[in-house]
Amino acid sequence: MNRPKAFELRARFEAAGATIVEPPVLQPAETLLDLYGEDIRARAYVTSDALRGEQMLRPDFTVPVVQMHMAEGAEPARYTYAGKIFRRQEEDPDRANEYFQVGFEVFDRTNPAAADAEVFAAIHDCVKHLTVEAATGDIGILLAAVKGLKTSERRKAALLRHIWRPRRFRALLDRFSGRTPVPSARKALLSGTRSGAPMIGLRSAAEIAARIEALRDDAEEGPISAYEMEAIDTLLTVRETLPFALDRLKDLTVDFHSIAGAVETFAKRTSALLDAGIDIDALMFEASYGRTSLEYYDGFVFGFSATERPDLPLVATGGRYDALTRRLGMGAEIPAVGGVLRPDLIAMLEAS
Amino acid sequence: MIKLGVPSKGRLMEKTFDWFAKRGIALSRSGSDREYAGHVDGVDGVALVLLSAGEIPRELGTGRIDLGVTGTDLLHERLPLWERQVEPLAQLGFGRADLVIAVPMVWDDVDSTDDLDAVAAAFRARHGMRLRVATKYHRLVREFLRDAGVADYAIVDSQGATEGTVANETAEVIADITSSGETLRANHLKILSDGLILQSQATLWRSRVASGDRAVLAGFLGHIGI
Repeated sequence: MNRPKAFELRARFEAAGATIVEPPVLQPAETLLDLYGEDIRARAYVTSDALRGEQMLRPDFTVPVVQMHMAEGAEPARYTYAGKIFRRQEEDPDRANEYFQVGFEVFDRTNPAAADAEVFAAIHDCVKHLTVEAATGDIGILLAAVKGLKTSERRKAALLRHIWRPRRFRALLDRFSGRTPVPSARKALLSGTRSGAPMIGLRSAAEIAARIEALRDDAEEGPISAYEMEAIDTLLTVRETLPFALDRLKDLTVDFHSIAGAVETFAKRTSALLDAGIDIDALMFEASYGRTSLEYYDGFVFGFSATERPDLPLVATGGRYDALTRRLGMGAEIPAVGGVLRPDLIAMLEAS
Repeated sequence: MIKLGVPSKGRLMEKTFDWFAKRGIALSRSGSDREYAGHVDGVDGVALVLLSAGEIPRELGTGRIDLGVTGTDLLHERLPLWERQVEPLAQLGFGRADLVIAVPMVWDDVDSTDDLDAVAAAFRARHGMRLRVATKYHRLVREFLRDAGVADYAIVDSQGATEGTVANETAEVIADITSSGETLRANHLKILSDGLILQSQATLWRSRVASGDRAVLAGFLGHIGI
């Protein structure tokens, strides 16, 4: 019952103008490891052969679709696909380790707000007959807030690297703002304590010296101000329906000028969603939404959950991933936004 | 009938035999040193199965043995859902070791996982590859580093002589078992201040899925005072 449902959903996207693509099940592991790091090994099945080296059973379609588009696609482009993805499950034996996914991806740089709304509306259309609730977020606002902090580029780079790891992000913020004290080992290092141990390994004496120098510079730099920290904390707790969220974000730009551009993007998207027929008064925005997902979403993010089945995974998810196209395209960026559906869950909810 | 799995060689086997002997159960290996069959004297209905310590978690997890002795480290590594599959009955007081993350002593700038993460980012930018962590405990180490928020590393498999991988430049960091830390020091490595992943010792486990005779199991556990 999942396969027909999957192809039925794909046909809807096809009818809306998307081209059908069928990426291979086996993907080169190196690309995925480069993007996601070692964590992907806990999420994807790895296999290998002597010729191609390590291969992964595709854990999602986004990466191969982006690669396919960058290699041969013309813009603007709309793609759809339906097929199985494979996810290792080491923590919960009740979660499926292979299931159908149906997706819709839009590569169109003319009007990002309209593209965001188009994808959200298309996905919404497939699940609106179910008892589901949607949540949205915008990683772009947080990125803009970090980039606008009055602190060193090095600190900003460290924070940006951990946007998708909220706990580490928080620990860094607390350290850079002086909320957590400097560890005694760091103090000893900066006062000149050295082990005098023999040099071993690939990391050179010059690299060690360069980091100590960087830590010294950092120690001399003042903390991120309490004022900016408060603004970040306030931003992270915004949780309102779209129109109220927009009001709050606009209020925040008064003190936090750097997010003005991102808030303008949010405002444009909100009116594009309204134009697409979405009930924005009922749609939730959470500033922290989408920060713990595996994907490289860096703008608009959304998800649909089954209201009466909180035990189920999300029925649909999506978002904008311009940064992913930048990384896979080695500098060439293609603005892209997409969403995926779980036909097995949709069929299950329809039957219940 | 119930089955008791015990490590098949070395100090771990001898100490396990001693532990049971003190409780009135004589375990022995039958025949030659090469034969992996055993006897249990002092109680009826218990069969001894001699296995590599690394295989005992799997045998407990599938329920092919009812009881087994192996280290916490191996059991947690091999059985992700160990709490559902096995129950620890007794810590045997030997085979103590800590699974730790260690880096070169000469890395004066690295004291914690916090530093390790910063170094991993710089290392990747400088060398074009991720910082390599040599270990045989892939799952435990990955889980630990994920929880600690360390990114930009890669696990490389090392089944032995792990402490030597840094000097040999096949890894920059190691995660391994240590009891006194002496081997680490001899190889010019130091443990991160927050680098303790797990404290392990030889433990007697009961399989939750095995279907051995309950009365025999209760009698046996009563005999050894559990």
